[in-house]
Amino acid sequence: MVWLLAIVQTLLFIGAAPLLAGWTKRIKCRLQNRKAPSLFQPYRDLFKLYCKQPIVPQPASWIFRAAPYIVFASTVLAASTVPLVAVDLPTARIADVIVLVGFFALGRTFQVLAGMDIGTAFGGMGSSREMTISSLAEPAMLMAVFTLAMSAHTTNLSQAMNYVLDTGLVLRPSFVFALGGLMLVAIAETGRIPVDNPATHLELTMIHEAMILEYSGRWLALIEWASQIKLMLYGVLIANIFVPWGIAQAPSLPMLGYGIAAIALKLAVLALLLALSEALFAKMRIFRVQEYLGFAYLLSVLGMLSHIILEAAR
Amino acid sequence: MPLFFAYLSVIAALTSALLALATNRRAGLQRLAEALGRHGLQAPPAVARILSETHFVRIHRYSLFALLGISGVSAVLAGLGALSSGAVRTDTLPFGLPWLSWHVRIDPLSGFFFCVLGLPLVAVSLYGPSYVREFEHGKHSLSALGLFTGLFVAGMELVLLADDAFLFMIAWEVMSVASYFLVAYQHDHAANRRAAFLYLLMAEIGAIAIILGFGVLAGFGGGLSFEALRGASLSPLWASIAFVLGLVGFGMKAGLVPIHAWLPEAHPVAPSHISALMSGVMLKIAVYGFIRFTFDLLDQILWQWGVLVLIIGSASAVLGILYALQQQNLKRLLAYSSVENIGIVFVALGLALIFLSSGQTHLGTLGLVAALLHSLHHALFKSLLFLGAGAILHQTHEQSLENMGGLVHRMPKLAAVFLVGTLSIAALPPLNGFVSEWLIFQTALQASAIESGVLRSLIPTASAVLALTSALAATCFVKVYGVAFLGLPRSHHIAHAREVQHRGMLGGPVLLAACCVLLGVLPTPLINGLAGLTRQLTGFELPHVSALGWLWLTPVSPEVASYSPALVLVGAMAVGWLCYYLLYRRTGLDPRRAEPWDCGFGGLTARMQYTSGAFSMPIRRIFQPVFELRETLEEHKEGPAQARVTALRYQFHVLDRAWLSLYQPSGRVVTKLARGAGRLQTGNIRTYLGYSFFTLLFLLWVIS
Repeated sequence: MVWLLAIVQTLLFIGAAPLLAGWTKRIKCRLQNRKAPSLFQPYRDLFKLYCKQPIVPQPASWIFRAAPYIVFASTVLAASTVPLVAVDLPTARIADVIVLVGFFALGRTFQVLAGMDIGTAFGGMGSSREMTISSLAEPAMLMAVFTLAMSAHTTNLSQAMNYVLDTGLVLRPSFVFALGGLMLVAIAETGRIPVDNPATHLELTMIHEAMILEYSGRWLALIEWASQIKLMLYGVLIANIFVPWGIAQAPSLPMLGYGIAAIALKLAVLALLLALSEALFAKMRIFRVQEYLGFAYLLSVLGMLSHIILEAAR
Repeated sequence: MPLFFAYLSVIAALTSALLALATNRRAGLQRLAEALGRHGLQAPPAVARILSETHFVRIHRYSLFALLGISGVSAVLAGLGALSSGAVRTDTLPFGLPWLSWHVRIDPLSGFFFCVLGLPLVAVSLYGPSYVREFEHGKHSLSALGLFTGLFVAGMELVLLADDAFLFMIAWEVMSVASYFLVAYQHDHAANRRAAFLYLLMAEIGAIAIILGFGVLAGFGGGLSFEALRGASLSPLWASIAFVLGLVGFGMKAGLVPIHAWLPEAHPVAPSHISALMSGVMLKIAVYGFIRFTFDLLDQILWQWGVLVLIIGSASAVLGILYALQQQNLKRLLAYSSVENIGIVFVALGLALIFLSSGQTHLGTLGLVAALLHSLHHALFKSLLFLGAGAILHQTHEQSLENMGGLVHRMPKLAAVFLVGTLSIAALPPLNGFVSEWLIFQTALQASAIESGVLRSLIPTASAVLALTSALAATCFVKVYGVAFLGLPRSHHIAHAREVQHRGMLGGPVLLAACCVLLGVLPTPLINGLAGLTRQLTGFELPHVSALGWLWLTPVSPEVASYSPALVLVGAMAVGWLCYYLLYRRTGLDPRRAEPWDCGFGGLTARMQYTSGAFSMPIRRIFQPVFELRETLEEHKEGPAQARVTALRYQFHVLDRAWLSLYQPSGRVVTKLARGAGRLQTGNIRTYLGYSFFTLLFLLWVIS
């Protein structure tokens, strides 16, 4: 039963991710006074790509072909370990939050390798930039996560969310810092403005796009879908770690329905915030990103230290 | 039984060395056989065939490495025996000083390191015969290589076996000196000789520190056997002096920052299978020495030591990987990455020391286990990567990443094996590098168990550094794989490279890759197997490691953290296959090959690709203060008023700051002192007579 719940929840994750992307895009269009596409446009795009014949660039090896599957699989595994509508997932025992970061790293590694596999200048450029950004973002993310783990005395996400729910609404300075750090990291890791621009096709500013420039057809669909899932994953992490209220603590139908409604609402609000910030800020120069991520890292470390100094003292 | 296998492995290694020496000259052996024949001792025809020119070299080569293989297999057997029984076997050999015969002992700790030594050694013995073939007709003697390889291996095994400081130091020196000759093997390049000298110098300084460390213990313990050293009761000050001496001595061999300078010089110049042994195994012998010295011989542990080790370990980890990222020579890059990995091991050891000194035996044990596991894992994947780099070198004579590229098409099997090593060292799940880093993070996360606030905030800071290190390591090895194996070939050699033909040269790396996957997916049996070891060192064993079953890793307790790499692997494969089935099998649309997009220029060339230097440029710029960067830009101009630039030549060198700020000044000081002392040597006989005269006068005065 719990395993069924875990699988259904993962499928819900995969299914709802394009919807979140569509919603974000819609708000952003509205904020920019543009006519918005349908909420379901991302599904149509994915289906269109699925039907197309993919093209493999000449110098590419098997890594180019295998990478989309690995990227997608690692993202789905990551999604399966993050509680979406209910805690006490059996999958949370297979992989804790450090492994979750490892899953992201695995997918990214293959995406970067695929970018270098095609032997173009763009692929290498995108790969180099992606790895640079992620090697600064990943420690910040780990530190933010560790703050939570040290407060809850566990790295198991289900347990940690239970802990936050059980202790009730307490204002912890460490959580505020960690939340700030994690939000900044989420923006960097999912390739949003001001670090990267998901809509760009301008050579000098591309990061994520430059790596996947040669993908087409079903492979591009997989990669796009994986990055939509990743966006939603970060949203769910932020929403459910720091404001876990509403999530189902017992697997009963009304609780689950309540959980779905709660997470939908939280994600909608987060998407609104994201779209707002994207409308307000401009993209940074690549060598400013280090300051941005250094700030995120600092916030996360501060969060951890403030936990240790202020909260863990007995 | 473990002791028997340990002896067997030492004897096999020594036999390999002696055989190499004895079969130095085929002609001599042939004459010997003929002479015997004349005296009526007709050798069987098989001997004549063996001694014939066509067979001799091959048999020579294979027999040397077969003996090393036997040594490796029996080392693994000895190690497994000692680990599984958990008992201590001791013996006394009738050599040594008149009042001190050599004490030999194998216990779970040395047993574990016998396994760390044995697995790469077996891989090397598979790999070696075809790799050294190119030295056969060169100017360097194969026998010398065989001799010193055998001595080197035997020395490392004796270090693990030693149970008294005397035998330990002899074995240590055999190991150091034999490896000096191996580093100096291709001595026709001045750079190689310099690297070897630097290595010898630093190895000896380290050895002096170790001797002094043992000396402090022996002074209080009243004997050189480890039994006596263990019994020494030291004041905290003397214990700290001994500890610092041990840390300097073993740390110099292990390659901790800032005493790592020999490592990136020596590893690239040795033959690749030797680099694999030096980086994969010898550094672990130093780790063994440190663990033996600190956790076993010293009778107390102070928290300050833990802090010191933690700081040095973190610095080594992050600086090692930052320098590795900037290297363009593949083997040099791997050498710097060893500095990083040793740093990670010492971070775990530092955590273990801090936890143990503050009474948290459980967490201290966890840190120790994490350090041991990372040592083993590093031995596996670093040997694998060095052997892989050696295979590239062997096939293409190319060491520089800037000239590689596209090898995945040329050497597909090697590329697949190398990928496993890359993913392991980048600490990605579900491979083995991730398991040990995960354990270290889990240990660090328990920092709140410590009373002292300073320590409690120091540990998370160290884990922040560790997180940065592991992210940078991923970047570094993605660069290595992407630049060397993917894309278009950047030079003529590489474009015409061919797959490794010899089975053994692939077999060795495949063996190591299989170990990497196996230990990554099923780590619990090994960790449970370390129970005897931890009981010996800390008097504690991890009780909850397999609380949820053997598929799950739960270092502290199931509620705190759990990880099941086997299920992760199954899940990933299931999801990946499902996607493949749904997307490919169902649509049946076959992909079409086409030219990649090249911005509308006419055709893509290899020179348009990102190079290794370009790939790591953002990191270089972000961490600028860490590096000493020398950049030069030459412009070739033509035309009226030299206005038209026709060619540009850009060069950059990344120099080690430790070298500039520590080694060069101390080198200058030594030279100055030597000059001063040199004034005594006038070369004039009268001056020397004068010295003798005044010495005699002085002595007479003293006596009277």
